[in-house]
Amino acid sequence: MKTENFEMIDGNEAAARVAYQLNEVIAIYPITPASPMGEWADAWAAAGLKNLWGTVPAVIEMQSEGGAAGAIHGALQTGALSTTFTASQGLLLMIPNMFKIAGELTPFVLHVAARSLAAQALSIFGDHSDVMAARATGFALLCAASVQEAQDLTLIAHAATLRSRIPFLFFFDGFRTSHEIDKIEPLEPQTIRAMIDENLVREHRARALSPDHPVIRGTAQNPDVYFQARETVNRFYSACPGIVQRAMDSFGDLTGRRYHLFDYHGATDAERVIMLMGSGCEAVHETVDYLNANGEKVGVFKVRLYRPFDVNAFAQALPSTVKSIAVLDRTKEPGSAGEPLYLDCVTALQEVGRTNLRIVGGRYGLSSKEFTPAMIKAALDNLKEPVPKNHFTIGIRDDVANTSLDYDKSFSIEPDDVFRALFYGLGSDGTVGANKESIKIIGENTGYYAQAYFVYDSKKAGAMTISHLRFGPRPVRSTYLISKANFVGCHQPEFLDRHGVVDQLMPHGTFLLNTPVGPEELWSNLPESAQHQLVEKRPRFFVIDAHKVARQCGMGGRINTIMQTCFFAISGVLPPERAISAIKESIRKTYGKKGAEIVQMNLDAVDHTLSHLQELQIPDHVLPQPRVSETPLIEGSAFVRDVLGRILAGRGDEVPVSAMPVDGTFPTGTSRFEKRNLAQEVPVWDEDLCIQCGKCVLVCPHAVIRSKVYDAPILKLAPSSFKSREARLPEWKGLNYTLQVAVEDCTGCGICVDVCPVRSKSEARRKAINMQPQLELRESERKNWDFFLSIPDRGRRQLSFANVRETQVAQPLFEFSGACAGCGETPYIKLLTQLFGDRLLIANATGCSSIYGGNLPTTPYAAGSDGCGPAWSNSLFEDAAEFGLGFRVSLDKQREFAEELLQRLRGQVPENIVREILDADQRDAAGVFAQRQRVADLKRELLRLNSDEAMQLLSLADTLVRKSVWIIGGDGWGYDIGYGGLDHVLASGHNVKVLLLDTEVYSNTGGQCSKSTPLGAVAKFASAGKRTPKKDLGLIAMSYGNIYVASVAMGAKDEHTLKSFLEAEAYNGPALIIAYSHCIAHGINMTTAMLNQKAAVLSGQWLLYRYNPEQSQNGGTPLHVDSAAPKVPVEEYLNLENRFKMLSKSRPADAKRLFQEAQKQVDARWQLYQQLAKSGSSSKENVKA
Amino acid sequence: MNLTSQYLGMKLRTPLVPSASPLSDNLDNVKRMEDAGAAAVVFHSLFEEHIQSESRQLHHHLTHGTESYAEALTYFPELDELTVGPEIYLNEIGAAKAAVAIPIIASLNGSTLGGWTEYAKQIEQAGADALELNIYWIPTDPEMQASEVESRYLEITKHVKAVVSIPVAVKLSPFFSSFAHMAKELVSAGADALVLFNRFYQPDIDVEGLEVSPNILLSTPMAMRLPLRWIAILRGRVHADLAATSGIHRATDVIKMVMAGADVTMLCSVLLRRGIGHIRVIEHEIEQWLQEHEYDSLDQLRGSMCQRSCPDPEAFERAQYIRGISTSWRTISNL
Repeated sequence: MKTENFEMIDGNEAAARVAYQLNEVIAIYPITPASPMGEWADAWAAAGLKNLWGTVPAVIEMQSEGGAAGAIHGALQTGALSTTFTASQGLLLMIPNMFKIAGELTPFVLHVAARSLAAQALSIFGDHSDVMAARATGFALLCAASVQEAQDLTLIAHAATLRSRIPFLFFFDGFRTSHEIDKIEPLEPQTIRAMIDENLVREHRARALSPDHPVIRGTAQNPDVYFQARETVNRFYSACPGIVQRAMDSFGDLTGRRYHLFDYHGATDAERVIMLMGSGCEAVHETVDYLNANGEKVGVFKVRLYRPFDVNAFAQALPSTVKSIAVLDRTKEPGSAGEPLYLDCVTALQEVGRTNLRIVGGRYGLSSKEFTPAMIKAALDNLKEPVPKNHFTIGIRDDVANTSLDYDKSFSIEPDDVFRALFYGLGSDGTVGANKESIKIIGENTGYYAQAYFVYDSKKAGAMTISHLRFGPRPVRSTYLISKANFVGCHQPEFLDRHGVVDQLMPHGTFLLNTPVGPEELWSNLPESAQHQLVEKRPRFFVIDAHKVARQCGMGGRINTIMQTCFFAISGVLPPERAISAIKESIRKTYGKKGAEIVQMNLDAVDHTLSHLQELQIPDHVLPQPRVSETPLIEGSAFVRDVLGRILAGRGDEVPVSAMPVDGTFPTGTSRFEKRNLAQEVPVWDEDLCIQCGKCVLVCPHAVIRSKVYDAPILKLAPSSFKSREARLPEWKGLNYTLQVAVEDCTGCGICVDVCPVRSKSEARRKAINMQPQLELRESERKNWDFFLSIPDRGRRQLSFANVRETQVAQPLFEFSGACAGCGETPYIKLLTQLFGDRLLIANATGCSSIYGGNLPTTPYAAGSDGCGPAWSNSLFEDAAEFGLGFRVSLDKQREFAEELLQRLRGQVPENIVREILDADQRDAAGVFAQRQRVADLKRELLRLNSDEAMQLLSLADTLVRKSVWIIGGDGWGYDIGYGGLDHVLASGHNVKVLLLDTEVYSNTGGQCSKSTPLGAVAKFASAGKRTPKKDLGLIAMSYGNIYVASVAMGAKDEHTLKSFLEAEAYNGPALIIAYSHCIAHGINMTTAMLNQKAAVLSGQWLLYRYNPEQSQNGGTPLHVDSAAPKVPVEEYLNLENRFKMLSKSRPADAKRLFQEAQKQVDARWQLYQQLAKSGSSSKENVKA
Repeated sequence: MNLTSQYLGMKLRTPLVPSASPLSDNLDNVKRMEDAGAAAVVFHSLFEEHIQSESRQLHHHLTHGTESYAEALTYFPELDELTVGPEIYLNEIGAAKAAVAIPIIASLNGSTLGGWTEYAKQIEQAGADALELNIYWIPTDPEMQASEVESRYLEITKHVKAVVSIPVAVKLSPFFSSFAHMAKELVSAGADALVLFNRFYQPDIDVEGLEVSPNILLSTPMAMRLPLRWIAILRGRVHADLAATSGIHRATDVIKMVMAGADVTMLCSVLLRRGIGHIRVIEHEIEQWLQEHEYDSLDQLRGSMCQRSCPDPEAFERAQYIRGISTSWRTISNL
């Protein structure tokens, strides 16, 4: 094949390119895995790229997918060619508009990277649950199975929608297609032009609403005519499949790539066939080829146009020899007679009279579950059975309903002429980026077809990545992970210990190891299991100390270019000189815009690599290694070990159905069992210098620094290296104090050291907490940590929480999350749990905080020694406020009923219990504790009574203990998608508290602009810099007059943060805390990020304030501005952060103007707040004034 | 009054030239300098180290945390155009050239030999009339010999001269064990002018925060004594133009420097303190002084008090300190 007409891109880019060319209005909103399509559109528009008609499309970010659908509906109604991109929950939010758009016969293509829906749990991965949920909308459903098809069928969809007037939902599999990089033939502009009939574009415009030829749409119809009107569209749907096929034919004439509504591939006399949609078609395609070459008669029936379902085309495409069909659905409809595609197949065959076929349905691949040739063979073999299993599952072990088919895991069809390479790296070492470049080099410099797919971790800090690269002489259809690799690259030596990286290496393959250990000692340093496999498999074995080369070249921890050079040197995919030249060209292309320095650094790395690369001979024998005490991967209950432990070990696929909770309920406090040992360096306490201020404990994002005060005699049992000093706080006189670090849980972010206010008087560089290498401390600190945990906690009721120092001896009930190292959000959540964790219910909006808060395998919310702790749940992205309000109303109603029951039982229950419970003061932890004791007494009395009412009250008695409902979410939620709900909930007056973790972007989906994003910041969806100011959410909330509102920044004034939390909790009504949360998406040094918070406050860009309606009720001033007048120019703060500096580097003139404007706005806002704070009258009037 | 001065082959209306400072970061200020009578402007410096640092930081922030987590494979948009090199500086040079008629002298501080020469070429292409090499670094390595330090200065000068055709001045620190020899060697290496002296950022200690906190102190007239001495010594001994900088705040400071042998006098702290318009005030006062003292032109007094021409050449040499004291006493006792 030629190389010059091919490109290596992923499915998202392939689809977005065509969509961009063919539309005038593009409404976008981030959602995984479709976000990159919107990001491309925004970036292209910002760069001035024109569409097919020579104009730059208008790209507009909306506040939700519902908003995007509404905007698109409007744009279509007024004549613009319009599109959007979405997935999963986003598609669900579009459904109401989709019915309208279809009902109005509007040409439109909606691009979907198909993804699971949140049911028992959220999943970001791919299946067809979302698309199937939209199949009643009246949209045509067209599906692509590969990256090439993602491009080609996007064009066909656009051509067909214009002609048919039926809107299209065009979809491909999330991640497997959206994120897979493949070698594809790009479309020529003339092909796109030839496919689009300009007359149809003009007809679309002519149907637009216009006062120049006024009509009305969107009327209300009554029983007399609605039905008939609904039936008017039938002819359009009847015509649609033919229109699509003709578009496919035209496309085939233009490009040579031919598609059909249903594409059959396989034996012409096939007896057994698998019918399916999406990327799985590719795997079945190649498996069918393999099986037919080995004497079987099988085929694959690929569905491309699923709606409108053309029964005749379906029947014609199916070979007459077929005796049985397995219809595979990548979705689940609990309680249905079968999944959708299966039911359509059954109906179609019935209607065409082919009733002699056996049809079975099966489910596969939910949430990107692997779908391999072994599974496909099992599905085909099932059809050989006299009575094939129907409604089966494949790829899991269902030992409850026994739906699953067994399959031979060793069955593989990977051909010898396809090179397969696996790379194990860390997110931070650049492995994935390098492999993306490598596969592009191979695809664009050789005649090989090539494919790359990447598997990521569910944790954000210290994440492992696995890159799967294939290339060979034929198009790569293997839409599943590599299990037999010719080449394995292990980019981090520690992976050898735990991740079995040699398992997939084929005999006589090639193994590349990055290790600092020299050749002499290396063999004896390899884990025994790895030695065994290497001796047995006899691969060529190469080693390099890539980190050493990286250091020499100034590349820090990024070993990407070095390992990439090694791969090309060893694999021989290109002649050495050509490979080096291609790598260097790729470096210039990739890094050129970041400056000559970066380019040179990487070029130097290429030049220095080969001299450090060595091939070693593998000895014939295994060297036994002394047994060292290894930290077990996970400890805890049987469930934790057997289920979570297996997931943690990368063997989650083996967990059977019976082991999983039926309703998505999991125990809390499991992150403590996972010892990740991520940090090279960890903080070490200098007990002599420490003033016990608690600041390091407060800011630690992962709750690995803890402090306790306790009675000295406990120390008799302490390990010899356990540190302790007399407590300094007067209230703790006579007690001892210890600051302990969980070194195995630490991510090494160093933020604790940065905030430590103490310096040694004799050596100023030393602080009261200093970073030291972790490895040599691991053993002793593990023992110290265990001992520390055994020291009884000082219960919340014994703490006054008068200052940060005192709060920080309270046990955090949020620990060791998977958040980024140095995260700015988690310290706030941790503080929340320290203050009120024993009575806390959290309604969490989807986002970073729901991912590090609730992503398996282990979760950070925990219970205290009394068994009480936060109960946590995530409903959706958009509804967290309403979800939390539901908690509140429910709890209040149940408490009210419990109090009524208690009154009814007066006389049967001792009066003092009744009176004390009903009159209880539960404003603080001591009060709550006392009430718990009373309720425990009450329960004993109720059990004794054993009447219906007593049992009724027994089930409600716990509601008599105060519960705090906190709603947590980010700015994407609170400012945008959830704003309407948040506004309503705050306005309701109910006693719910909101912690809004304001990172000023959609952090979890990669930093898209929200309405919280400040003026001038560069973010995704705001590539040219945000042109509008940040919404003043606090001011809006204050305008109600009865909402407690605080704006806090822990790094600027931690005591203010604490005070705000306490006041919000104490306020008998709704409260909103907007918490400045620095974020990796700001482009800052995360170690010193608290300084950024301080700078934001010093410049006035972020105000600290508290608005307490109670003050107003008492005749005081409700608003207290707690930050000083701006002391430094805003621009000085902005220049600390890459999000702003990027604008100076990309659009200097705009940056200058916007930064000046930012200063003006800061000054004006400061004046406004000063004015509001001076007045003691109601805020409502002030704000309006 | 004729205040004309020659510097770097350019005929200047006066010797008053704003030196490299943040003031010239802004085109409006450059225009104001011309309006206030500046004879030329030395542009703020292009720092190669700064460009490298910015480039590294940008690279770090654009890659940090990426390709780790499936939902957020990157955190910033992919921008096609990023200005991380000298483009902004070069554009400013071009804009200044287009906006004013006075000569623009660019200033460059490199960190690699390749950087010095590459950026020097680009600066020439951008239209600068001359280039001032702002060579400094703090040789902290105890193993580094003075000769190595000197070689580096000379090497940079030679290489830059080899790649550009515009005149090149070298701005120096006074910290050489044999400064006069060093000055001569630099001129031999091709320097068309020497600028005496560079003022460094000096570290300070924050005794409360226990931090080392570099800060900038504006110069006082006392600071001009050092360049005054060396200009007086070098005048007539090296075949290069001499520019005086540091501590020149008043008309008499300018006159003293010119008497010592300076071809131009550079202003910075005084403009930061009193505004760009103060150039006009100084020029006016120079004219007044010359008229009052019946000089025909500024050139008439140029070098009149250099070591070779002054009545007491030894006054500029080492023993001067002791004699200075005794002179002072004599002066006082005569009162």
